Amino acid sequence: MNLIFEKSKDGRKSFNLPESDVSLKNFPKELSRSDLDLPEISELDLIRHFINLSRLNFSVDTQFYPLGSCTMKYNPKILEKAASIPEFTNLHPFFSILPGCEDMCRGALEIIADFQDVLCEITGMDSATINPMAGAHGELTGIMIISSYHKSKNSKRTKVIVPDSSHGTNPASASMVGYEVVTIPSNSEGEMDVDELKKHLDTDVAAVMMTCPNTLGLFEKNIKQISEMAHSVGALMYYDGANLNAIMGKVRPGDLGFDVIHVNVHKTFGTPHGGGGPGAGPVGVKKFLEEFLPIPRVKREDSSLVVVSNSDKSIGHISSFFGNFAVVLKAYLYIKLLGSDGIKYSAEMAVLNANYVMNRLKEYLKLPFDRTCMHECVFSLSEMAKKGANALDFAKYLIDMGFHPPTIYFPLIVKEAFMIEPTETESKETLDKFVDSIIDAVKLAEQNAQVFKEFPKTTVISRPDETKAAKDLIVKYEKVVS
Amino acid sequence: MNFCPHTSEDIKEMCAVCNVNEVDELFKDLPIEKINFKKLGKGISEYEGFNQILDMAKKNKLLSYHFIGAGLYDHVIPSVVDFVASRSEFYTAYTPYQPECSQGTLQALFEYQTAMCNLTDLDVTNASLYDGGTALAEAVLMSLRITKREKIIMDKSVNPIYRNIVKTYLKFLPYELVEVDTVGIEPDFERIKSLLDLDVACFVFQNPTFYGSVYDWTDLINIAHEKGVLAVSSVYPISLGIVKTPGKMGVDIATGEGQSLGNPLSFGGPYFGFLVTKKKYIRNMPGRIVGETVDRNNKRAFVLTLQAREQHIKRHRATSNICSNEGLCALRALVYLCSLGKSGLKELALLNFSKSEYMKEKLSDIGLTIKNKGTTFNEFVVEFKKDAKEVFSALLSKNIAFGVPLYLFEGPENAILVNVTERMSKEKIDNVCSILEAIL
Repeated sequence: MNLIFEKSKDGRKSFNLPESDVSLKNFPKELSRSDLDLPEISELDLIRHFINLSRLNFSVDTQFYPLGSCTMKYNPKILEKAASIPEFTNLHPFFSILPGCEDMCRGALEIIADFQDVLCEITGMDSATINPMAGAHGELTGIMIISSYHKSKNSKRTKVIVPDSSHGTNPASASMVGYEVVTIPSNSEGEMDVDELKKHLDTDVAAVMMTCPNTLGLFEKNIKQISEMAHSVGALMYYDGANLNAIMGKVRPGDLGFDVIHVNVHKTFGTPHGGGGPGAGPVGVKKFLEEFLPIPRVKREDSSLVVVSNSDKSIGHISSFFGNFAVVLKAYLYIKLLGSDGIKYSAEMAVLNANYVMNRLKEYLKLPFDRTCMHECVFSLSEMAKKGANALDFAKYLIDMGFHPPTIYFPLIVKEAFMIEPTETESKETLDKFVDSIIDAVKLAEQNAQVFKEFPKTTVISRPDETKAAKDLIVKYEKVVS
Repeated sequence: MNFCPHTSEDIKEMCAVCNVNEVDELFKDLPIEKINFKKLGKGISEYEGFNQILDMAKKNKLLSYHFIGAGLYDHVIPSVVDFVASRSEFYTAYTPYQPECSQGTLQALFEYQTAMCNLTDLDVTNASLYDGGTALAEAVLMSLRITKREKIIMDKSVNPIYRNIVKTYLKFLPYELVEVDTVGIEPDFERIKSLLDLDVACFVFQNPTFYGSVYDWTDLINIAHEKGVLAVSSVYPISLGIVKTPGKMGVDIATGEGQSLGNPLSFGGPYFGFLVTKKKYIRNMPGRIVGETVDRNNKRAFVLTLQAREQHIKRHRATSNICSNEGLCALRALVYLCSLGKSGLKELALLNFSKSEYMKEKLSDIGLTIKNKGTTFNEFVVEFKKDAKEVFSALLSKNIAFGVPLYLFEGPENAILVNVTERMSKEKIDNVCSILEAIL
């Protein structure tokens, strides 16, 4: 499809501004810009361009999207409607700090405070902030809180421990706060190796970052022991909430010994992923860390709400105001709709769906850790790869069958990883169709693996040359001058 | 309510396949303790839930109009922006890791990248960061990586909240940040110049400044470059309809808050941050990048490129920890910019400038002082003979929020930062000025 820049013709217009009711002034020449190249296009052609572009995407609303680690569940439509109420969309965040303007944003502040409360209740924390704008941003905030805490105790700690199955954001976040990262291998059960941990755990360690269930979709059975070990040397426990969907309403990270958590509301709490964002990464902490939370902060004081804009101990600003407020608003409504019963039931169905897919597929594909999984299951396609059809080929095959592929090549510790997360919102019929397609693919790979290189055949493009992209680095459109 | 489709028969059949009698057996690895929910009640229907949110919304009292800007601006949003962004195929998709089934998102982001490069006159950008403040912080970290130096000079006419975000990002790291006081509300160019030396990684400024003043920073940037110091700026994208661009001034890394490009205020977010730089720095840039290539049939295709810089591959050695960005907000910005087009954006910028100039004249006519020394775009500082808080609350009682009093940011007690966009009519400006005249 042509770029919108290629469809542009000078003099066309989509949007008309109202006529000026004041006389137009000249902007000083010496401070003015020279030409600007933006498309000029009619409204109809603009709409056609973008609607036709949208049709080149797979999405949750059009396809099964079992992308492991990403929790691509259904995004209820009422959430979008709630976030577009004018009393929220037109609300300038400065009202939260301007003198005498509390009335302008009372409803919004109540939503923030209520969300913080229910988030704490679901996760077993005491205090929360909605300011971080994504999961990784929540990690950064959480590790900054941990660093500030240790500093307040005059404790110089230099290391953060992560398991080798962790998301890349964990070591990257720790590193951005100046920590050295120590990686602990997983044991034969797919869990953090406690003996290895013991070797590295000393008073230099600021925190142990864990995802639980971990990225293999397995619950860390030793988690309470690990928490105790970390606490015994003064290290804190950080919970990466990427996989909270598996255990919400069943068990709380706070009760497992975690001190700081973040939640990816775009995974667990039903808000859409937007083609890469916006998400939100609210952070919860235990009481002793409350004073380090970022500002501004909405706090309950007696029966009223206050906005704390200054605090010596706080890590400071991590975003300008209340992060991605409208995303949190959607998550808040989602939680209210589900309620305590719906949250627990959703976790149960997510786990049931993953185990169903795993059990149906395990006689066809290699399952590196053959035990009950949580919300996702990870297969290894290494044997298929030997036959000539690797995880990437399987992914491309599934696209032709009308499924978004699972996550491939993650976690890094599983060869030819193939990570399926069905989520709770998918029906048995959809799961069966998906599983049947994979079984067909396995049979095809055994007969004639070579044909896999031709997939996908039904899409607008097939097997783009990524090496060329990285070599040529064409990252914007340049007009061809004839 | 919940969104799970299984019938009890489905559950039974599925449990049998999983070799369990009931779903709870799948949770046997968990140390289950009963959770005693107090605040969170049982589930409710969509109808009830939405009404509860509506009740909350009604508690936000909307004013007749306001002059608040300070980095976040109330611009008209063309209807096509909401329409495109509410397409399920865009908003319920994930990051475009599988290019064959994500060409819609990938091409749109490639077009977004093109629009942002053209707007700033710079070479390369990513597919968005979180917001204006964190984009500036990422640019500062990027300059430290590029120069391998350890000192940052930051002008205090940069948005004070952004300065706080930069400080938060830096305070855990072994770098030195020097903030340069303004002279009145204007940048101290001489002082900044005197601080630029071979130890400095970058100097950070904003144009128009937080206080609304527009400058040509070219001379100072040239001096910085002689010392190997990078110029990092924050810029208000709507102003670039008419104001000289970061690229033409020689800026190395331009950042900004994308909200004004078709994103509603929504009490602080979601918005997006942009970061645009020179081609030679692309490998040091954080965030996802879309690149053009060809597929196996030699057809043009778009993919995520240079992923080896990113956290999912480089882990603790990545250029940043960023993973989720604000893709849908960036899409909104693209649709917004295409809807206005090049002549529309220029017209819009001129409209903002002209209305703001009109208000400055009216305020001067009633004896008030505009504190900015030179050119402003659509925002300026007005000085009163009395306490700004008093003026603000007098207008608030008439249902008008008159700008941002600067004492909130350690500024003078008697000054207010006032913003005028295309939404402000002459009639409203006249009305405010006559109210002001009566209370002064």
